[in-house]
Amino acid sequence: MYPAAFEYHAPASVREALGLLGQYKDDAKLLAGGHSLVPMMKLRLAQPKHLIDLKKIPGLSYIKEDGGAIAIGAMTTHWQVESSALLKQKCPVLSETAAVIGDPAVRNLGTIGGSLAHADPAADMPATIIAHGAEFVCEGPKGRRTVKVDDWFLGLMSTAVKEDELLVEVRVPLWAGKTGGAYLKFPHPASRFAVVGAAAVVTLDGAGKCTKAGVGITGAGIKAVRARDVEAGLVGKNLDQATIEAAAAKAAEGVDVQADLQGSVEYKSHLCRVFARRALEAAVKRARG
Amino acid sequence: MATVAEDRLFGKSIKRREDPRFITGRGQYVDDVKLPGMTYAAFVRSPHPHAVIKGIDASAARQVPGVIAVYTGEDVKVGGLPCGWMLPDIKVPPRPALASGKVRYVGEPVAIVVAESVYAAKDGAEAVRVDYQPLKATVNPKSAHDKGAPKLFDDIPDNQCFYWTIGDKAATEAAFKSAATVVRQPLVNQRLIPNAMEPRACVASFSPAMGDLTLWVTSQNPHVHRLLMAAFILGIPETKMRVIAPDVGGGFGSKIFVYNEEVVACWASKTLGRPVKWTAERRESFMNDAHGRDHVTEAEMAFDRDGKITGLRVKTHAALGAYLSTFAPLIPSFLYGPLLSGVYKIPVIFCEVWGMLTTTAPVDAYRGAGRPEATYLVERLMDRAADQLGVDPTELRRRNFIPKFTDGTPYQTPVAFAYDSGDYEPALRRALQMAGYDALRKEQELGRKQGRLIGIGVTTYIEACGPAPSAVAGSLGAGAGLWESGQVRVHPTGAVSVYTGSHSHGQGHETTFAQLVADELGIPMEQIDIVHGDTAQIPFGMGTYGSRSACVGGSAIFRSLEKVKEKGRKIAAHLLEAGEQDLVFEKGAWSVKGAPGKSKAWGEVALMAYLAHNIPQGMEPGLEATSFYDPTNFTFPFGAHVAVVEIDPDTGHVKILRYVAVDDVGRVINPMIVDGMVHGGIAQGVGQALWEHGIYGEDGQLVTGSMMDYALPKADQLPMYETDRTVTPSPVNPLGVKGAGETGTIASTPTIVNAVIDALSGQGVTHLDMPLTAEKVWKAAAASRK
Ligand SMILES: Cc1cc2nc3c(=O)[nH]c(=O)nc-3n(C[C@H](O)[C@H](O)[C@H](O)COP(=O)(O)OP(=O)(O)OC[C@H]3O[C@@H](n4cnc5c(N)ncnc54)[C@H](O)[C@@H]3O)c2cc1C
Repeated sequence: MYPAAFEYHAPASVREALGLLGQYKDDAKLLAGGHSLVPMMKLRLAQPKHLIDLKKIPGLSYIKEDGGAIAIGAMTTHWQVESSALLKQKCPVLSETAAVIGDPAVRNLGTIGGSLAHADPAADMPATIIAHGAEFVCEGPKGRRTVKVDDWFLGLMSTAVKEDELLVEVRVPLWAGKTGGAYLKFPHPASRFAVVGAAAVVTLDGAGKCTKAGVGITGAGIKAVRARDVEAGLVGKNLDQATIEAAAAKAAEGVDVQADLQGSVEYKSHLCRVFARRALEAAVKRARG
Repeated sequence: MATVAEDRLFGKSIKRREDPRFITGRGQYVDDVKLPGMTYAAFVRSPHPHAVIKGIDASAARQVPGVIAVYTGEDVKVGGLPCGWMLPDIKVPPRPALASGKVRYVGEPVAIVVAESVYAAKDGAEAVRVDYQPLKATVNPKSAHDKGAPKLFDDIPDNQCFYWTIGDKAATEAAFKSAATVVRQPLVNQRLIPNAMEPRACVASFSPAMGDLTLWVTSQNPHVHRLLMAAFILGIPETKMRVIAPDVGGGFGSKIFVYNEEVVACWASKTLGRPVKWTAERRESFMNDAHGRDHVTEAEMAFDRDGKITGLRVKTHAALGAYLSTFAPLIPSFLYGPLLSGVYKIPVIFCEVWGMLTTTAPVDAYRGAGRPEATYLVERLMDRAADQLGVDPTELRRRNFIPKFTDGTPYQTPVAFAYDSGDYEPALRRALQMAGYDALRKEQELGRKQGRLIGIGVTTYIEACGPAPSAVAGSLGAGAGLWESGQVRVHPTGAVSVYTGSHSHGQGHETTFAQLVADELGIPMEQIDIVHGDTAQIPFGMGTYGSRSACVGGSAIFRSLEKVKEKGRKIAAHLLEAGEQDLVFEKGAWSVKGAPGKSKAWGEVALMAYLAHNIPQGMEPGLEATSFYDPTNFTFPFGAHVAVVEIDPDTGHVKILRYVAVDDVGRVINPMIVDGMVHGGIAQGVGQALWEHGIYGEDGQLVTGSMMDYALPKADQLPMYETDRTVTPSPVNPLGVKGAGETGTIASTPTIVNAVIDALSGQGVTHLDMPLTAEKVWKAAAASRK
């Protein structure tokens, strides 16, 4: 496990990092927590000539309330997300999702920005971010732009962040009213990544009717996706068990399910339905309080 | 023969003396060895399971800065790697240190790159170009036998290395003809890949000045390493080679064997006149360390009208891999067939084994080695039979137990073994009592009505430890004796160094052996040093595997302790001017019976042995003894394990609710250490039952070649174990110990599988092959629900 030779850069600002990106282009890779990139380099599956370490840039690691959303800096570690009092109070599913990523060593180094930029098809956070309808703030040579979550995950390990950009912030809308959520996963017996993971966030009105629903599925396909058909089966309805089950039965629709050692297409599609149902049951229970 | 007195340090859970250095990162492992002028090796490995090597171009690699040399199979002039166990008519294919002409499994070493740094070596290895002409792979031991299967070696027809049988064929056939019931079950015992925490490593250092070679290597048996390498591979006298196996971080069998890398490193060090270090990357370990198990079997058991077993018939195709690893032929033959009687009275058994070459990593001993395969087979059949006969599985076992035999008369099975002692029912009774078996069955029934899938699995097992009487081993094909050495050297102060041929790579010998010494000599543990793992320090020894350290190695030490005590007694009697028979040895001193003031402490006697100013006439000075202990039989631990599992019908996930283990490993020197071995063993066996699988695709690629894919058990997947013991001392050795290193692994695999199948029995499921992955279990539950 020895990577090929590379040059290491530690820029002190986003501007400097962007300068290096512009200079080395394809030959460069951004380094966040290194818990996805470095293993690939050690296997020599990735051989960047230049590593641009984001760790020395001040101001990329924070969790704060900001205009109806919680803003999370890209370099915030999984552990910081897991332990944040603000998130636990206002957006607990993010903390809960971070808590089931890898082990403490991974969570102490891996970052939310790294996870969402890397877009591993079995990563946990993407499902939760989709269910929350978050937004991504990218910074490039021409300044900042915001990308909606539905435009973020493009394909296998591919996202909307451009080659000359950094992901700098993730914005998660604050929960309103009677809202509840959950993220549940079926862990891979070896890697503990998600064979299938499902996140659900539902908001109910005074009468208990669902006014808003977000459901994200990860693990099963080549990328995390929004389970639109499930959401459609919930909004405007009273979320009794039959409604939840009927909606969850559509969880695999729109997922490009991939067969592998952990399961056939049939089994993984089934797990999508099971975990969507379980996440919804938990979310509704919490929304009702 | 003297036996140890009751209750001194023997039987106490003394904390392991070696742990402070391990848990504070101060262990000295092979990779910690740093020598002046050291170079680093990397291996170029075959990406193909089977291919002709048409050419190797190392010119670019030689240009990589820091690269010193690149050698291929053409360059490395050493003997092939030998196989240390022969069977009748076995065909042993040549096994070159580096592939020559052909490669036969993914990961086979093809070239070595030696460089000034690890990085340069790896860069160099990446730059070596090998031109391959790919051939077809054959990965399954059964289909490798088929006509038309790709052949690994031109002169080995049908890829069949050996055909081996044990038992009485005609009598077994007759038993099946007259059987009231026959239970048949095809079984796959899947390939496992060992994963010691410390990967394999070596440092070879040839001294041009002295003309000798020192090899630090992750070995469970440094003398065996030295013998095989010096005599058979390198062709040098043993006196010119020293093998050191320092702290070794786990072995599970995989570090018994001589491997390509250390051979090539030795040759390269001699050629370059500089030390060469190699440490495996984890993925190299996955590809090139000897794997375990990999059997495809047809098994049948015959019963009479009373549910008594009348015969057992077994046909097994066992994968050996592409080449014969050091003890490969032994595992699916003599460590397998003779275990098939289990704890049951089986009048006749016939077992046939085909040892098959496959385009995969070699297969050899892995924790349990043959015994888990046999136990799994017998215990699955017992459950299948209970189901078919409509009796409770515990009742069927009881009906067939060999009755108690603890008077020293062994029980002769129809498959060679004569068990040393046994009393099987109490262990089962205790395990069922701890589990609350009857209540569990009620709970299971109740749960079923609510749609819960709860299963209870039971296994009663036997295993054979402490290999082995050397003459027996020799007659069965061993290329070595299987005794053990133990040397006790008393220093003038009375402090003691013990040199043992056993090797500790997790077993805690520095503690348990010191407990034995402290008891015998009455001196504190602090004055006792246990030395192992260095051929320049210890007498020739056979090493550690087959749960043999306590019963064979411990007995050798015990013999030497008796000898030094005997001499000490003579000196004490002389000094006290008393008759030897009038002396008692207590709390580290001899005193004269009836004259309490007259005594000589162990230290005083030791000092006099070395001063030699006043010792009996004609006695030689000094105080030390060496013993080579050759056991008269194996020892046969046994026990009963019970597991309770619940299946999530939605996902097929198996949750282990409870795990009860009652083992009889004879007398126990250190209960905490034995518990640790039992716990780890259970985890390893559960891993096989539920998750682990070394998978080669039909194309010959290793699919589960990393920890991302190969599912080792993790703490959060396991319950708190409930353990207890029954104690039936072994009559075979002076300590009454049997061996505890492998019992957990052997028993837990069938226990868990039996539990899962039991949980699914309401759905009409009678068997699933391991590992019982969630999808497999879900499918079985779902299919039968329809
Ligand atoms: C043993 C282990 C177990 C794990 N288990 C899990 C698990 O159970 N669930 C799970 O979800 N994940 C798991 N992971 C992955 C872990 O969460 C990683 O930390 C995460 O996927 C990547 O984050 P990172 O900060 O380490 O990114 P890095 O590895 O540093 O980078 C990953 C990729 O993202 C790019 N990148 C990083 N930051 C930015 C940015 N700000 N802008 C643009 N591009 C960027 C990098 O260039 C690189 O291509 C595990 C990892 C390990 C090693």
